[in-house]
Amino acid sequence: MQRGDSLNSPFVPFSPNPSIQQGTPTSTPPLKHTLSSSTSSNLRYSSSRKSIYDRHLNRSQRSELSKASFAFLFGEMVQYAQKRVNGIADLEKKLNLHGYSIGQRLLELLLWREGRSAKRETRILGILQFITTTVYRSIFNKPADGLEKSRDNEDEYMLIDNDPMVNSYISVPKEMSQLNCAAFVAGIIEAVLDGCLFPGRVTAHSVPTEQLPAKTVFLIKFDDSVIERESVLVVTRAL
Amino acid sequence: MSFYFAIVGTKDNPIYEAEFGTSKQGGDGVARFREEQRSMNQFIVHSSLDIVEEVQWATPTMLYMKCVDKFNNLQVSCFLTAGNIKFLLLHDQKADDAIRQFFTDVYDLYTKTLMNPFYEVDMRITSGVFDGKVKQAAKKYL
Repeated sequence: MQRGDSLNSPFVPFSPNPSIQQGTPTSTPPLKHTLSSSTSSNLRYSSSRKSIYDRHLNRSQRSELSKASFAFLFGEMVQYAQKRVNGIADLEKKLNLHGYSIGQRLLELLLWREGRSAKRETRILGILQFITTTVYRSIFNKPADGLEKSRDNEDEYMLIDNDPMVNSYISVPKEMSQLNCAAFVAGIIEAVLDGCLFPGRVTAHSVPTEQLPAKTVFLIKFDDSVIERESVLVVTRAL
Repeated sequence: MSFYFAIVGTKDNPIYEAEFGTSKQGGDGVARFREEQRSMNQFIVHSSLDIVEEVQWATPTMLYMKCVDKFNNLQVSCFLTAGNIKFLLLHDQKADDAIRQFFTDVYDLYTKTLMNPFYEVDMRITSGVFDGKVKQAAKKYL
């Protein structure tokens, strides 16, 4: 089959390799369900001729996922990351990266679902409220338990979750007690902030208390540029 | 009436471009830019990025930002998505409502593209299906 033919067909597969940016299909075949014989070509077409553009974005809005299947997937994710890193910081970074790509998509999807009245957030408090309520509610079905501003540092905020759902089936051995797998959720939060142009770092820390042994604090540290911009915006708003 | 549409990513890199003409009132849907004009289109759109960045921090913070820039007789309208992706449309006549509906349609398509786990933010959109649907939306609204 000619490569030229495949360029004209409407079913050109997405190139998974970001360094190939011209629209020519690569030799790695996409993992799509196929009925047609694939001996001669590397392109596979969905047998129903439907693409992702035909699915409605609200389809998954009311659907729920069983906690068990997520816990299984997350456990495997942690194990996968663990084999490829040496050190707790690296492991948290890898989990953060996994959450990052989810956060990017979640941000766009949630704002799209707001419809015509969607508004972009330009203030720190606005975006943090968005995360605490909308984002958290869409993933965990409940808003986060608390949002605090640090007294010592201007650029630090803390989001509190009394019992992160992702940690409920992860048991951390004593020698790795610094590890908190909610780094995954921290990645989601970081992606939402980055997408709205509030660059910074988000880390997860466990602060167990008597009644809440699994309490986790997400420390959000913004870059200097964000704080500067915030102060400029306050001034212009006040005028 | 011709249009030049571009999607620009977070690093000011073009992700997708398209040209079309109006399909209303007997137009045949083909863009009619003069040859010199065509190469200018990209520059005009690129320079309006500066203005977009300035305006995006002003209130109100709606996604659709209407006309942000004028150049000779051409106007640039902008739509800013949540993840800071800019949809820019270069046009020569005012058509606020139609353009807004067109942007909303493309926003829908972009979000669907983003849902693909193999598509990273700032990657070029090379799908023929996406292209077809954008042109379809253009035919419907513009």
